[in-house]
Amino acid sequence: MTDPSMRARTFVVLVEDRPGVLDRVASLFRRRVYNIESLAVGHTDRPGVSHITIVMNADDRTARLVEANLYKLVNVLEVEDVSNVPSVTRDLALIKVRAGHERRSEVMQIAEVFRARVVDVSPDALIFEITGTEDKINRLVEVLRPFGILGLARTGRVAMAREQTPAEELAHEGVV
Amino acid sequence: MTMTRKTGAQILWDALEHQGVETVFGYPGGAILPAYDALLDSSIHHVLVRHEQGAAHMADGFGRAAGRAGVAIATSGPGATNLVTGIATAMLDSSPVVFITGQVPSHVIGTDAFQETDITGVTLPITKHNFLVTKTEDIAPTIKMAFHIAESGRPGPVLVDITKDAQQGECDYVWDDTPVELPSRARRHTISPQELEQAAEILRTAKRPLILAGRGVTLSGASRLLHEFVEKTQIPVAMTLLGIGGFPASHHLNLGMMGMHGEAWVNQAIQNADVLLALGMRFDDRVVGDPKKFAPAARKIHLEIDPSEVNKIVRVDVALIGDLAGSLHALAPKVSCQDLTAWHGFIRDLKGDSAVRDIQQLPDSGHLYAAHVISDLWNLTEGNALVVTDVGQHQMWEAQYYKHDAPRKLITSGGLGTMGFALPAAIGAKVARPDEEVWVVVGDGGFQMTAAELSTCAQEKLKVNVAIINNGYLGMVRQWQEFFYDKRYAATPMHNPDFVKLAEAHGLLGLRVKKRGDIEEAVATAREAEGTVVIDFRVEKEDTVYPMVPPGNEIEAMIRRPEPALESKGDSALVKKD
Repeated sequence: MTDPSMRARTFVVLVEDRPGVLDRVASLFRRRVYNIESLAVGHTDRPGVSHITIVMNADDRTARLVEANLYKLVNVLEVEDVSNVPSVTRDLALIKVRAGHERRSEVMQIAEVFRARVVDVSPDALIFEITGTEDKINRLVEVLRPFGILGLARTGRVAMAREQTPAEELAHEGVV
Repeated sequence: MTMTRKTGAQILWDALEHQGVETVFGYPGGAILPAYDALLDSSIHHVLVRHEQGAAHMADGFGRAAGRAGVAIATSGPGATNLVTGIATAMLDSSPVVFITGQVPSHVIGTDAFQETDITGVTLPITKHNFLVTKTEDIAPTIKMAFHIAESGRPGPVLVDITKDAQQGECDYVWDDTPVELPSRARRHTISPQELEQAAEILRTAKRPLILAGRGVTLSGASRLLHEFVEKTQIPVAMTLLGIGGFPASHHLNLGMMGMHGEAWVNQAIQNADVLLALGMRFDDRVVGDPKKFAPAARKIHLEIDPSEVNKIVRVDVALIGDLAGSLHALAPKVSCQDLTAWHGFIRDLKGDSAVRDIQQLPDSGHLYAAHVISDLWNLTEGNALVVTDVGQHQMWEAQYYKHDAPRKLITSGGLGTMGFALPAAIGAKVARPDEEVWVVVGDGGFQMTAAELSTCAQEKLKVNVAIINNGYLGMVRQWQEFFYDKRYAATPMHNPDFVKLAEAHGLLGLRVKKRGDIEEAVATAREAEGTVVIDFRVEKEDTVYPMVPPGNEIEAMIRRPEPALESKGDSALVKKD
């Protein structure tokens, strides 16, 4: 029986930017048999601090345990479950589509509807860049599929709470 | 303090001295040789082990006995990987240990160099934290951080892997005395007045409350507080295996051990309780059996330092997160006394039923039972020994029949269940507390896993007494085979060496006991002898630890020791002939 609270959770995790820290986070998820749906890592505005966005399916109890376990990692500075607060989530994709001379404008028109940008043109193909929710990107991929998708690279979701989080307040007070 | 020019190796020992380290347990090798060379100029005593696993358990035993971090040191590659079982053992039992390993020079890391192992990678999931140090100037701050992490909060093992070039390099050095600040921990848990009131209200209305006391009581130094709390509230106390000693066994409200081999009345009391107050324990599967059927009627309050333990196995109604002593101190004034006479009477009746089944009540059949050995050892040492056990039947009998009244007097591998733990852990405990009378209680199987450390005892002239509960079987596995595998004894009978001669080969005294009447003299001889003594207790071969909750069952579903009435009918379930 699945717990009714089971749903996609998005964790924003601020970590020290040191060798092996991503390994520690990933190892925790592997060891505790938590399934990662999506993982994205990048820098923040603060030197030495990286931003990890983790998306996973979890019920309420598991979500609390994930948070508590992340806090046990010495290099983890802050954990925020942004699924419970108003937040912005974005995914970026590069999509290479088969588009010879005769179908190029048709493909570009479709992409335009999705606000995807052309970032490369070659005689037989186009590369689009699209930013948006996962759902929006999935829909673009589906409509482009009949033309022939030659390559697809996605960043995974990155997320941020709309309001200032307690973690950010602490950071700006210089506590962390 | 003035800056001086030092090598990394010199800095390492200086840092350890500043941490108050007097003894380390280790084994040298290529990548740690610079550190060993500098050891000769340090005040720190080094105990040379016979296998790195021994060093790990010694440092763990030291940590458990002393309440501060023990230190084990090994070389790279196989030296480091031999520590792994000991690191995992310390991890599961929240034992403070700092492991130091040599690593190949930094410029060859990643090239599969001779004796290169990615030991920080290997130990990532079994350490509280670990470090790879490649720069000389990072050694001292890392050692300081390692001790802080190992000893603070919920204790645990920390590994520091230091490359050979970092040990050989030089830098200007002065010990920095400023306290460690971890970058994390911005979000500290505080107990809200509402949570406290909720917990107190549940306790105030309880009619059948029970305390479940775990290792956190000892780790937090909360024994005295718990004692006062129990005196005030009259709530009976059940102990986890690792909780033993945190509350005196001789106290009339101490019911004894719970769980798979817990006392029957304890498990029955838990299942009949209406409130459980869990103190520094983690609802291990050996304690709760089937979590869905664990104390279903009871509201549960969990006092725990590690938030990731709350609602992990058993759902609780209120959790007070924080150091146990602080939480208990805050809770105590809010809980009023209540009349628990009926509940005490209920438990007393449960006990009466169990007492008749106790092996101590059985007439002397001429067989030597492990329970007799341990009970006699308890009597003869007046309950004051520091006992270190291994894993298996003897461990459960020790927990049942040696009544510990003080914390840190039973050291045992609980969570990981590591065979071979007892002898080396006892050596570490003896080093930590040389004035204690240390007894190893160990099976014939587990003893042979690390028996080489007898040689360490001899070399160090350390006195620990070793009681081998020798039944010629891997007894606990045999018991499982008896109950759950149709008595098919696959790979459990053991042909053992002559343990008396083995002791003698190490220049130690060896004794053998086959009858209960001989226990007293052997124990007295061992206590009086100067060095380590090994006693080979030839106990009943196919004895069984009762009660037993079959794994995954609810804890009331116990296999019980047959009543003595059945015994006298001749077809004995207890005394099985070979």
